[in-house]
Amino acid sequence: MNIGAHYNYWVAIFLMMTGFYVVITHGNLIKKLVGLNLFTTSVFILYISLAKVKGGTAPILVPGVEVYSNPLPHVLILTAIVVGVATTAVGLALVLLIYDRYGTIEEDEIRLKDDSL
Amino acid sequence: MELIIDITLLTFLGLTALAINRIDKLFCVIMLSGIYSLLCASLFVTMDAVDVAFTEAAVGTGIATVLLLSTIGATETEQRSAPHRPLFALLVVCVTGAILVYGTMDMPAFGDPNAPIHQHVAPRYVQQSQHEIGSDNIVTSILSSYRGFDTLGETVVIFTAGLAVVGLIGFRGMQKFGDRQRAAGVTQNEMEQHLVLRIVIKMFIPLILLFALYVQFHGDFGPGGGFQAGVIFASAFIFYTLMSGLDAAMRVVSPRTLSYIAALGVLLYGGVGIATMLMGGNYLAYNVLRHDPLHGQHLGIFLIEVGVGTTVFSVMVLIFFAFSSRKGLRQ
Repeated sequence: MNIGAHYNYWVAIFLMMTGFYVVITHGNLIKKLVGLNLFTTSVFILYISLAKVKGGTAPILVPGVEVYSNPLPHVLILTAIVVGVATTAVGLALVLLIYDRYGTIEEDEIRLKDDSL
Repeated sequence: MELIIDITLLTFLGLTALAINRIDKLFCVIMLSGIYSLLCASLFVTMDAVDVAFTEAAVGTGIATVLLLSTIGATETEQRSAPHRPLFALLVVCVTGAILVYGTMDMPAFGDPNAPIHQHVAPRYVQQSQHEIGSDNIVTSILSSYRGFDTLGETVVIFTAGLAVVGLIGFRGMQKFGDRQRAAGVTQNEMEQHLVLRIVIKMFIPLILLFALYVQFHGDFGPGGGFQAGVIFASAFIFYTLMSGLDAAMRVVSPRTLSYIAALGVLLYGGVGIATMLMGGNYLAYNVLRHDPLHGQHLGIFLIEVGVGTTVFSVMVLIFFAFSSRKGLRQ
């Protein structure tokens, strides 16, 4: 079995799991959001890896070129990136509100304050 | 050669992700996530996804980093708590990862031209889009014509996210804050002393705006389009805000105007669809817009790309204004 054949997918999985680990272990809300970004980007890498055709070129039509990579995943991911940053912004706005209310962005301190009410 | 670059970039991505996990200083974490995005963008170029790379470079490295930085500017700069149950989490992550790796065993090899994904609709897009849509960039053809519905949905999502951010944190206290500053004779602007930076930024702004317009109108022929152009146009405004302060930037374009522009972009997109229906076609079937179907496609794509561009631009600037007004309040 050829290592190069699946290397991209494995690294995508590794990145996804790193993001997952950051989200579940770290209590800091901003770090959680960065971890979530790692997670989403790994999905992007997986999709773009699937789109690649060996010997192909970027899907912009040029006379004389026959083989192009698959453009469909590119479209999906292109819009997903912009939507991703917009939703991250909503998450960060929530973090700001939480900081206003609790004076901290650490999960366990927020929980302590909730319990003491 | 390509494979070596691919493997090197992927390895660097993995190392950056590990560093993000280990470091407690949030500033470093954010800078690393910017580097991570740049590496991603390079990787996308090697895998032929130039449009995606373009977007990732503008969004991930530019806007996302700026937003994260404004958030730590208004909150805290360091993570104080230790990781929560790291060993158990590691176990969960390893098991999940192993299952996913097991799943890839059935997948076709990287770059295999006979993979199922290349058999369904993709050949038609590659072979027919020149005759059906007339645009050289297949990604643009799919984005704005074949899959115009998806893109409309995504534009609405971006618009909604902008509304949500403004609704959540808004611009409350902005007016008062500005008045107080002016009364106290304080310039809000921290960049006043950085002469070199100010001059360089001033020189860059017109070039960035011009480049954004090029990306917007050249999307049919090369990589680019409304999404990228909107983000690049917004980054010029972010530059301007950093240079001369939020007050000055809001005088150039007020949040109220921006929210109208954002809504206008979505309306333009949806309106093109209504227009094609009134002219006897299906929703967003641009062929009927002109006598010649290809000209119709061209006009339709042009209009909806403008709609996408204006919405993305104004939502990004709105979000940035909302975040930086928080920072002003905290001071």
